[in-house]
Amino acid sequence: MKILVGVKRVVDYAVKVRVGSNGVQLKNVKMSMCPFSEISVEESVKLKENKEAKVSEVIALSIGPKQCTETLRQALAMGCDRGLHITTDKRGDYMELQSDGVAKIFEKVLRDMEPDVDLVLVGKQAIDSDCGQVGPMLAGKMGWPQATFAANIDLDGDGLKVERETDAGTEFLKIPKLPAVISCDLRLNEPRYVTLPNIMKAKKKKIATVAADSFDIDLEPKNKVLEVFEPAARKEGVLVDDVNALLDKLKNEAGVIQ
Amino acid sequence: MLSSITKNTHRHFTRISGKRLASTLVIAEPFDDGSLAPATLSTITAAQKLHDGPITILSTNPSPPDASSLPSSVKVILQPKCASSELLAETISNAIKKAQELNSYSHIVAPATKFGSNVLPRAAAVLDVSPITDIIDVLSTDTFVRPLYAGNALCKVQATEEVKALSFRSTAFDKAEVDGSDAEVTELEVEDHGLTEYISANVSKSDRPELGSASVVVSGGRGLQSGENFVLLEKLADTLNGAVGASRAAVDAGFVPNSLQVGQTGKVVAPELYIAVGISGAIQHLSGMKDSKCIVAINSDPEAPIFQVADYGLVGDLFDVVPELTKHLEGGD
Repeated sequence: MKILVGVKRVVDYAVKVRVGSNGVQLKNVKMSMCPFSEISVEESVKLKENKEAKVSEVIALSIGPKQCTETLRQALAMGCDRGLHITTDKRGDYMELQSDGVAKIFEKVLRDMEPDVDLVLVGKQAIDSDCGQVGPMLAGKMGWPQATFAANIDLDGDGLKVERETDAGTEFLKIPKLPAVISCDLRLNEPRYVTLPNIMKAKKKKIATVAADSFDIDLEPKNKVLEVFEPAARKEGVLVDDVNALLDKLKNEAGVIQ
Repeated sequence: MLSSITKNTHRHFTRISGKRLASTLVIAEPFDDGSLAPATLSTITAAQKLHDGPITILSTNPSPPDASSLPSSVKVILQPKCASSELLAETISNAIKKAQELNSYSHIVAPATKFGSNVLPRAAAVLDVSPITDIIDVLSTDTFVRPLYAGNALCKVQATEEVKALSFRSTAFDKAEVDGSDAEVTELEVEDHGLTEYISANVSKSDRPELGSASVVVSGGRGLQSGENFVLLEKLADTLNGAVGASRAAVDAGFVPNSLQVGQTGKVVAPELYIAVGISGAIQHLSGMKDSKCIVAINSDPEAPIFQVADYGLVGDLFDVVPELTKHLEGGD
């Protein structure tokens, strides 16, 4: 089995973003691997460590500016075998490059560059654009089966059995035959920390670089961002002294209870 | 003079016919007892804001919803006929493609629930259009507002695709009024795909109102210390006829099932009253509840970020405060 895992470089999850006149400010802001990408990488490496899965190679793919190599190095330090960097200076946080473009690049990679990939793992959503589209879009474009919001992945004959999170709980799906696309939910696994020796080893692993412009793909966003603005601030709240004061406020001021 | 009249008439005609061409396909959530799910009704409200054209429902159940459970704006029900009884994303995408070939809808819409998020992007890719998901406001037939960065930024976005594939956050739109419809049911032959098979579901049952549409939500975090202690919140929720939610910390610690998680990666709620108990208020949690009408925070740490979004905050030990609150509410005083 050959696995392709998508890793996205995003503003760190703990950063409170600032909204400027031309969108969210990215200058001098801490960037990290998207938490859902980390889970996808961890799952790919776990599959590789499972001898029964017979994983020959795990390829980490990232799309974006030159700093994405740092994100790819982290994926390699976690255990991916090689990296593939599709370079573009377009902002990937919905402003200039959207899921449609990303899914088209993935499709191009699968059709022309890595045609023998059996499984694509991506995060269920990126925490910047919050779209959650690339996984199911890619599956649709390739005509492959999909399992989104994966909470557990098991081998099942020539295919996989996936437990996926639903609105009401979870459900189990069988993918009888690969290739397939799976998007990873939060509870799939606990990503490992990278160790110093593995960081050193990762420096020897190869990252191939290809410019997105060299693909014959229209990457212009079909959904034009006209304006980015801050949500309305909530009015300042008050601290109450005890339960009686709280009940009084809820009944007589907010009117939310009788 | 004559030519100017002709021109005006022509312009008028174009506008009307342009409107007439607008029509929406609503992908209905799987529904219980013949009636539409609350998220589908909210999606219909959003759909009504797009244009005055007819609305078609794509049913995802073995039989169509009852006409009496539909809003009158629904004119047609498409009932897929397919070998696989469980409608998975692959089948529903095939059904959407078939429906689109037959009827050329201008808008294809779904609720931004896990169900809709699984189906809509795949269908959009099959139709080769770029979808817009999790819309919270409709500004015109092609311009919408959606959140970015866990709701810390909003963007106004204009769809240029001829066919607009959209999903709507159900808490941002009221449920459409169910006033009965004379919609006709049309069967839709759908090819089976054989790509995935449904095995089983593992559903957490509860008699409480559904978290996503409850008017009161009582949520617990790490401060609850154990799953057993959630009984305190359940009692409080029951006196208010509310739902119980949780922070990621509480779910990760195994206190409650994942389906109760409120936040960027869990459910988004916007009840009349949200009571956050023992929840610090991380960015990711706030993103799922900060549009609630009234937010109450009960926490022993006066520095907890949750107090910055709370309308009413009470600094105290939840193990004292919550039972006292429940007692007062039960007593009706």
